[in-house]
Parts: sequence; structure tokens; C-alpha cells
Amino acid sequence: MDGIAPYDPTTQYTSEPAIKEIGPEGHDIPLWKPVNMSRRAFLRGVVCSGTVIAGSAFLFSTATKARADERAVERMIRLTVNGRTHTVDVAPNETLAHTIRYRLGLTGTKIGCNHTECGACTVMAEGTTIYSCSTLTHRVRDKEITTVEGIAAPDGTLHPVQQAFIEELAPQCGFCTPGQVVSAVALLQKNPKPTVDEARLAMSGNLCRCGAYDHYLRGVMKAAERV
Amino acid sequence: MDVMHQFELYQPSSISDAQAILRDNRDAWIIAGGKDSLDWFKTRVMQPPAVVDISGIEELHGIREADDGGLWIGAMTTLTEIAEDAMVNEKFPMLAKSALVVASPQIRNIATIGGNVAQDTRCSYYRDGFPCYRAHGNTCYANTPTAMNREHALFEVSRCVAITPSDTAPALQALEAVFEVQRGNRTLEVPAADFFIGPAIDITRMTMLERGDILLGIKVPGKWAGSRQYYEKVAERQSWDFALGSIAMAAQMDGNTIADISIVCGAVQCTPRRLRDVESLVQGETVDEELEELVKRVAARGAQPLNYNHFKIPLMENLAMRAIRSLA
Ligand code: FES
Ligand code: FES
Repeated sequence: MDGIAPYDPTTQYTSEPAIKEIGPEGHDIPLWKPVNMSRRAFLRGVVCSGTVIAGSAFLFSTATKARADERAVERMIRLTVNGRTHTVDVAPNETLAHTIRYRLGLTGTKIGCNHTECGACTVMAEGTTIYSCSTLTHRVRDKEITTVEGIAAPDGTLHPVQQAFIEELAPQCGFCTPGQVVSAVALLQKNPKPTVDEARLAMSGNLCRCGAYDHYLRGVMKAAERV
Repeated sequence: MDVMHQFELYQPSSISDAQAILRDNRDAWIIAGGKDSLDWFKTRVMQPPAVVDISGIEELHGIREADDGGLWIGAMTTLTEIAEDAMVNEKFPMLAKSALVVASPQIRNIATIGGNVAQDTRCSYYRDGFPCYRAHGNTCYANTPTAMNREHALFEVSRCVAITPSDTAPALQALEAVFEVQRGNRTLEVPAADFFIGPAIDITRMTMLERGDILLGIKVPGKWAGSRQYYEKVAERQSWDFALGSIAMAAQMDGNTIADISIVCGAVQCTPRRLRDVESLVQGETVDEELEELVKRVAARGAQPLNYNHFKIPLMENLAMRAIRSLA
């Protein structure tokens, strides 16, 4: 009986690791402590430090041939996103969603379908909404791009649309929300007092798999009262 | 995630530059808004080594009034610009409507009228890369006893049963638009009826555009400006979706009687289908219930449905009838 009973976590639990790890010189290795860093900050750090490698590998790993191809030459362009001009290398076959997410680290813009079928990737190019997943970055390099990160005021005050979406419980899983926010803001910039039908039309390019359409629509109408 | 193949991207700023690039790269692919093209690339069904983005060519943009009271619309004019343009709405409201019902707002903001009329068919077998007739193969996968062919053609089938996906095409054909095509040093003026071609003429393309051709613009003649017009599209979803049937009509009224009429149905064959039977039936008539009944009877005459698209026959009949009824 001694020592062979099954391990009982309720009585035998200790906060120490069951086996003490010993360092190469026989010293105790300090216990691992979680770093206080949000997942998002962690991701952004990785994205920024690994821009060139990660970005290019992602683009070309599955591409036709593994060899360096003269067609894939990246060109350095200036891209203005949310009022900041970035200098960034962009491949000819690179989409805007790719550039803003993986090169600039602005991961607020989501890629849902990557085929112009959902609207999660909606951004504004000079005030008009476009699907960034299906727009070549080179095509819009002269345009002012606004992503969901550029919607709130610089001091963090939410845009009326964002505030109204929260109040109306519009986001369920939230994956479509960045796109919905951008579409709604673009509508109100053009037409601050839309009718419900106008709002519905303007939001009709944003799919919500959670089906929270009415909440989003109410949010748009509520925001329209405040802008 | 679908990453596109590698290609060389050209962004010419003049038509002659674009032509030179197209001459040097026999396999170059022209993109306009790129909404359809990038899909082809992402699915890897098409992998052109060179892509020419012609949206930067200034001459291809804009809407201008023509001397005959009609309009000239640049091929790179976006669908949103057309749907919102005051002149288009005043003269050709149905063209504005047809541009407004295309896909979704974000697509219309960048998709062009040139791309919309020149886009390829949506037959899912063809799109998925099946080696069908249209893809230079020797069979049609959409016309077999078990094939899913709800969306396919009722008329003018010649081996291929694919249909035209364009919403603006029926409207342009009903308005007797003329397409300006740059071929070499010549500018061709092609009437809509000849611009769209069916499988009997060439099974591998939907328009008369050939390699190296550039669509410059579309002239909508003044003939139907300010006439009574009607446009309706039926699709499974109100946004994004392609038409299961659409109707475009322009009519000149003389009091209560129909003096002249042009009526075209979309999504029932490879090209927009002009409903000549309906036109000759209603010419000189006043609209009443009896006429509506007759229109319903002739609208889809000669249709040869496939396994799953019978529903398109009553759909087409009702669309034609509703268009005529709007003149009452
Ligand atoms: S990710 Fe761009 S539309 Fe779905
Ligand atoms: S909130 Fe989940 S997809 Fe819209």
C-alpha cells in the first residue's frame, strides 16, 4: 500500500511543481511566471519583430514555386493608414488586408472569407468602404486608408457608432464588428441622418454570422441621433 | 487562406502604355475593380503571369453628357458612381437601379461598369476549375441528370448552359447601348447585341473582347432618355447574390398606348435576352389585365429548362408582366 495509491489532487496538491527542475549547474531554475502581457500586445510584438520573415513567408510559402521569383519583387511604397504614413514593402499580389494586418500589425481589421463575401475586412479608402481582403495594396497606395483602429478619438473616446453598438449589445462574437463599425461610420460621414432603409442598405455588405443585424441597425440609428 | 499566385503587376496611366504592356505580355490579364479577377486568382483556377490594372487611366473614368441627349460612361466608372449620378438617374433611372442592385456596397464602391459587363459566368462547375467546354474541355458538368443547375440557362444552349451574371448588361442592352472597344489603333463601336456573345459563337468567352482589347466606355444613346423605365432583379439574397432572373424595360408612351418598347431579360441565357415576342405583342396596345395575361404567355416561349431550373419560367413570365404592368 505504501506509496502506490493513485495520486489524489485534492489532498496531495502542492503549488510547487511535482518534480523540481534542476539547472545545468545544479541550481534551482526559477519558477516560470506568466508575463503580464495581453495576447494582443504579444501578437503585435511578434508581428512587428518578424515583419519581413513572417510576412513574406506567409505570402510565398504556398505560392507556385519555392524559388525566388522576379515577379514577386516587393516594392517599397508609402501607405497612409489612420493619418500615419508608413513606408512598407508590398508584393504585387498582396492584398490591403494582408498589408495592414501582417505588415503594419493593425489586427483590428479581420479576414473572414477572403473572398468579398462577408465584410469583416471592411476599411475606408478616402471615405468609401471597400473590402480590403480583395483589393491589391498597390491599387490604393495613394488613398487615405482608415481602419477600425482609426475610428475612436486619439484620447480613446469612442465614436458614437462604437458607443451605440455597445449600448445596443450589437457584437455577439464580435468578429464582424470592426467591419460593421467602419461601414456605419462611413455612412454617417456621408449621410448623418439616414433613414432606416438607407442604413440597412449601407450595412448590407457586412455579414454577421451571429445574426445580430437588428442590434447593429439600432446602433446605427442611435448613433445617427448623436453625431 | 487563399493566397494568390505570384504575378507581375502593371499600372499604366495611359491607354497606349496599357496596349504596349498587353502586346509584350500575351498572357496578361486586365483587372478593373478586381473583384471577380482576384477570386479567380485566389482559387488558383486562373494564374496569369502578368496583371494589368487599368484603373489608373484617367480617360476611362467619368460620366459625360453626349450631343444626342444620351450619356458616355467610362469603363472604369464605379457602380456606386453610376447609381448615385444625377444625370444617370434623370435620364436612365433603370441603369442606376441596375448598378445599385449589384452585389454589396463595398463591392460597388470599387467594381466598375466595364468589369461588370465583361465578367465571366458564375457556373460553379466552371468556376471550380472543372475541365468543361468553356474551359477547353469536352463535356458540360452542369447539364447531366444529377447536376445542380438551378442557376443555369433556359435558352440558346449550345453545349454550355452558363448564363450571364451581369446586372447592368440587360439594362444596357435594353437602352441600346454601344460599347467602345480599343483594338490596336482602331476604336470599334459595338452595339450591345453584338458585344455579348453566346456559346454558339465562342464557348470560351462571354463578350466579343479579345486578348489585347480594352473596353473604353459605353455610350448610352439619347433614344430612351427620360422614357418610362423598369428594372427588377430577383435573387435568393437581397445583397451579394447574383440574379436568378432580372428584367429591364424602356418604353415610349403615347398617351395610354405603348408607342415603342425595348425589354430585356437577364440570367436566362448566356447573353441578355431581348424579349421580341413581348415587344411586338404590346406595341400599340394599352395595358390592361388581358394584355398582362398575354405577356405572361409569350414571355418565356421556347424555354428549354434543365433539371432544376423550371422555376425560372414562371419567374421570367412574372417579371415581364410586372414590367408591362408598370406602364398602366
Ligand atoms: S474577408 Fe473580406 S469580405 Fe470577407
Ligand atoms: S457578432 Fe458574431 S459575426 Fe457578427
